[in-house]
This record gives sequence, structure tokens and C-alpha cells, in this order.
Amino acid sequence: MTPQLAIFWLLAIISVVASLVMVRSRNPIRSALCLVATFLSIAVFYITLSAQFIAAVQIIVYAGAIMVLFLFVIMLLNMGAGQEMRDKGTLQTPIAIGLGVSFLVALLFSQRIVTLPRTNVSPELIDRMGEVQTIGANLYSPAQPWLFPFEITSILLLVAVVGAIIMAKRRI
Amino acid sequence: MFESLFNAFILPENVTWFGQNLHLPSFVPYVAIAGTLGFILGILPMLIWIERVVIALMQDRIGPNRVGPRGLLQAAADVLKLFFKEDFLPKSVDIRLYYLAPFLTMLIALSAGAVLPAQNLTFRHGDGTLFRIPVTVGDVNVGLLYILAMSSLGVYGIVLAGWASNNKYSLIGGLRASAQLISYELSMGMAILCVVVLAGSLKLSDIVEAQNQLPFGIKAAPEFLRGSVFSWFWLQSLIIPVILYTISMIAETNRAPFDLPEAESELVAGFHTEYSSMKFATFFAGEYVNMLVVSALNAALFWGGSLPPLNLAILHIVPGFVWYILKIMMGIFLYTWLRATLPRLRYDALMNLGWKKMLPLGLFWLFLLSGYSLIRDTIAEQKNSPLLPTTTRYIVTPEPVTEKVPALMTSERANATDANGNGASKPVTGAEMPSLVPPEEKPKDIPIP
Repeated sequence: MTPQLAIFWLLAIISVVASLVMVRSRNPIRSALCLVATFLSIAVFYITLSAQFIAAVQIIVYAGAIMVLFLFVIMLLNMGAGQEMRDKGTLQTPIAIGLGVSFLVALLFSQRIVTLPRTNVSPELIDRMGEVQTIGANLYSPAQPWLFPFEITSILLLVAVVGAIIMAKRRI
Repeated sequence: MFESLFNAFILPENVTWFGQNLHLPSFVPYVAIAGTLGFILGILPMLIWIERVVIALMQDRIGPNRVGPRGLLQAAADVLKLFFKEDFLPKSVDIRLYYLAPFLTMLIALSAGAVLPAQNLTFRHGDGTLFRIPVTVGDVNVGLLYILAMSSLGVYGIVLAGWASNNKYSLIGGLRASAQLISYELSMGMAILCVVVLAGSLKLSDIVEAQNQLPFGIKAAPEFLRGSVFSWFWLQSLIIPVILYTISMIAETNRAPFDLPEAESELVAGFHTEYSSMKFATFFAGEYVNMLVVSALNAALFWGGSLPPLNLAILHIVPGFVWYILKIMMGIFLYTWLRATLPRLRYDALMNLGWKKMLPLGLFWLFLLSGYSLIRDTIAEQKNSPLLPTTTRYIVTPEPVTEKVPALMTSERANATDANGNGASKPVTGAEMPSLVPPEEKPKDIPIP
């Protein structure tokens, strides 16, 4: 077993177990923390795929900002104490398990049906693909069409912020 | 005379040791792990001593003088005392999270130190060429983002401690701490972005190297000012970013005058009210590690990292990490100085300062500095200009790259850029390129820099 494979299996087990605990836990805080653990292991997956920038952004945005907000909301609503969050006796659990298993089977057999194109890119070039310079130069270059959608998205976020302030304040 | 001394610092790339061929640059990360951990954990007891002595001096007291010479062993005595204190566990706490919180704080604070560039080591290649390698655990391309990520993860330890203790004071302290951290992270990010605009890289060793230039890029400046105190980014970024960063670094570590999360007059001890003995000590140590890391980042970003204050041979003989540690300790001294001088802020004043004053100023300054570096680069491009461009090594021209990426996808023809992004070095054809699968066939690994 190569070190890469060992890291992969370690992370795979951590992320799957953490996401299962997240779904099954009765305590919302524990669920939120397990989600953070899943996000962190996914960030390490990105690093093993030499996408350093996306890994850092994954940690900053998801684990560092969004989940902290989740924790805040859970704590301020005082949902922390272990509550009976699950309904019993509904069909939700067996249906979810069935759908999950069928999705897994479909994923496993998809390789037989569809053959994905394999690139012949060397590892050295892949290493550079995830760097900040490459991403920035391609995202913001005038020759590429990505600059305008990017700016539009940022305006969308600004609208969301302004909307939140207007909702929160009666008088501005 | 100095040349021979400099030669003593140059290491060979390969050495034979007990019949084994050792590739010395591969050992640099391990040296860095040992050095960083050793420095941080070794200096911790000293920090407590320094703080007590400096505050005693400022308040015209004697300070610690009972244990050891000049009270030097006071810190050891304190740690021993904490070891033997009762490990108190309050009722109805969430036990797992309660125990997890201090270690999370410590772990995240320590791991943020991984990308700090201590100094450069020079190696001699077999053919006589020299190359330099920054001594860091991982000289990653996104080093600054990594530190920001770690500092944003640092909230968890405090929030969890506040919540798991099942105590109102703890909870309010934890909420205050995390609100403060999140607010000041923004202005800290603005200050850091100002540096990134000037350096053109997120790699910390590159940022230190970018400060090794003539002040303001004036070609007429004398050579002893290259990489001197006047060309570091505190002055190059026109002073405001370093002020913003320093204020937000103090707020980030919850130290006086921003120590509202542990305001003893209101909240007993804030988020660590319910923690005793070594669990409290771990929090305490985590806070000091955080202080060291943000001071080290301050030194690397604004104060030239491992560069000596003037480009003189006699100052270059001192190894870079000594300068770096000196700059870090000046940050620590500032912390102590402020703690002894300033009263604590009121909570609304704290939020006002962060959101309404520092953040707009940071945004405005980022705008201003971008314009400044654009104008300076435009002037520098002209013939016989008196100026050098702000970013000499990292100007990425869009043209070759836009051709590169589709080519990468189809793997017909790709122009590899070198590690600095300096355009195309050598065209690689599809036949030459090894395939990703099977992995056994890939060419031998590039030595880890």
C-alpha cells in the first residue's frame, strides 16, 4: 500500500464515519462538529489531488465561516441539550437507506457503462493547476469568459447582505 | 574575510554518511518541524516570565524574584503548581467536548505555525550552482490562506469551551470571543491583502523575498538599503496596513485591551471559567502560542521576516532565524506593553472600531495600494525609468496561460511554467508526457524543496 492510498483510506473512513454520525446524532452540536470533520477531511482530499487553493478555501469558507454560524445559531436558540430530534416509525429511514444503496450501486456500475476520458497530463503539470497563480490568471484573464459571471455572483452576495441588514433592522 | 564566513553557511546538497547518500534539502522540513515546535514550546515558559517582568518594570514593582535567579524559574514553578492542582470536573458538562476544547485550541494554534518561514538555507549543487530553500514545514503555495484558515478554525476551541461548560459566564465569554474573532478577521484580511498586492504571492517565503528590494523600487537608492528596514512592507504599504494588522492581531488573540471574552469584572474568567489545573494551562498555553504565531506572521509580512535591518555584511553573518525571533519577540513585547498601559474597551466600542473604522479603512487602503502598484509598474515599464516594478517575479501575463489550460486538457501540447510562473520554459508534447495511470510508471519524484 502506497502512502497516498493509506492517506486516502484513512480520510475516506473518517469522512464517511463523521457524516454518518452527523446524520444519526441526536445532539445538534455534535452533528455540526461532525460536519466540520467531514469538511476538513474533504479539504485534505483536495490537497492530495494537489488543489491547494480549493482546499484552503474549503476550510476558510465552510469549516471556518459557515459552520461557525451554524454553531452560533444552535447555541443561541439553546438547542444544545440532547433533544428527541428524530421521528420514530416513519418510512423515511428505510427509503433513505434504499435510495443510498441504489445510488452507490449505480456509481459502482457506472464505470462499466460509461468510460470517462483519461487525460495524459503529467503529475508536474497537475501540480501547477491547483496553484493560486494559475487559477487567478485563468479566472480573471480578459480572454476567458469567467470574469463577468464572477462579478455578477459577487453582486448577488452583496444583495444578500443588504437584504439581511434590512430584515434585521427596523429603522435604518 | 566575510566571504569565507559566508561560505561556512553553504551546505553541500549530497553528503555521504556511513556509506549512505543523504540528500540534505529533503531534510529541511523535518528540521523545520523540530525547530518550530522546539522554539514555540521552549519559549512558552519564558514568555510568562517576560510578561511578568516587563509589567513589573512598567508598574514600578519588583516582579518575580523568589524562584531561581531573577525569578527565572517562576514559570516552571507555576506549571508545577498547575500540575498538582485538583482536576475539577463540574456537574452536567458535555464531557467529550469539555475535554476536547483546550486541546483543539492548542492543536490549531500549533499547526498554524507550520508555514512560517524561519530563514533561507543555501545549498551547493553538485555542479557548483547555489540554490536556496526556505526553512518551513511546508512551503505551500497558499501559505497565507492556510494561516487564515487555521485562525478561523481557532474559534471552535473557544466556542466549544464556552458551550460545553454549561455555565452562563462561559457561554457569554465564548460567544463574545468568537464574535470578536470573526469581526477582526476581516480587517486582518484586508491588511494582509495589501501585502499580497505588493508581493504578488501567497507564499510566505516569497513575501519575505519580495521585501528584499530597494526601498520603493528607487533604482538610485544605495545598495545597503536593499532589503533594509525601509524596504520592508510596513513602509512599502504606506504604514496603515501594519497598524490595522497589529490592532486586529491583538483582538484576534483576545488580549488586552481587547480581552472582553475573559473580562474578570463581568464574566469571572469567560470561556475558561470552569477549567482547572492542566486544562486551564492548555488554554493559557494555546493563547500564548497564538500570540507567537500572529507576531511571527506580523514579522514575516511587514517586518521583513529573516532579513537583517540593513544590507551590511556584518549583519548578514547573524543567521536569519535570529532576526526573525528578535522580530517576533518585539511583537510579544508590544502585547505586554499594551496590557500594562491600556484599559479594556467597552463591547460596543470594540465592534465600532472593527466594523465601522478599520474595515472601511482597510478596503480603501487596498484600493489605494492596488492603484499605487499599478502606477508604479506602469512607470517602471518605461525606458530609463527611475523605478523598479512592485512585483518583479510574479507578473503573470494572461496570454500564455490562456493557451495553456485547454492544451492541458487535451494533452496535445502544453507549455509548462516554472515554479515562479515565469512563462513557458519548454514545450511538452503528448508523447513525452507520462500518463497518470498506472502510477508506477510516473517519472521519479521531484526532490521535495
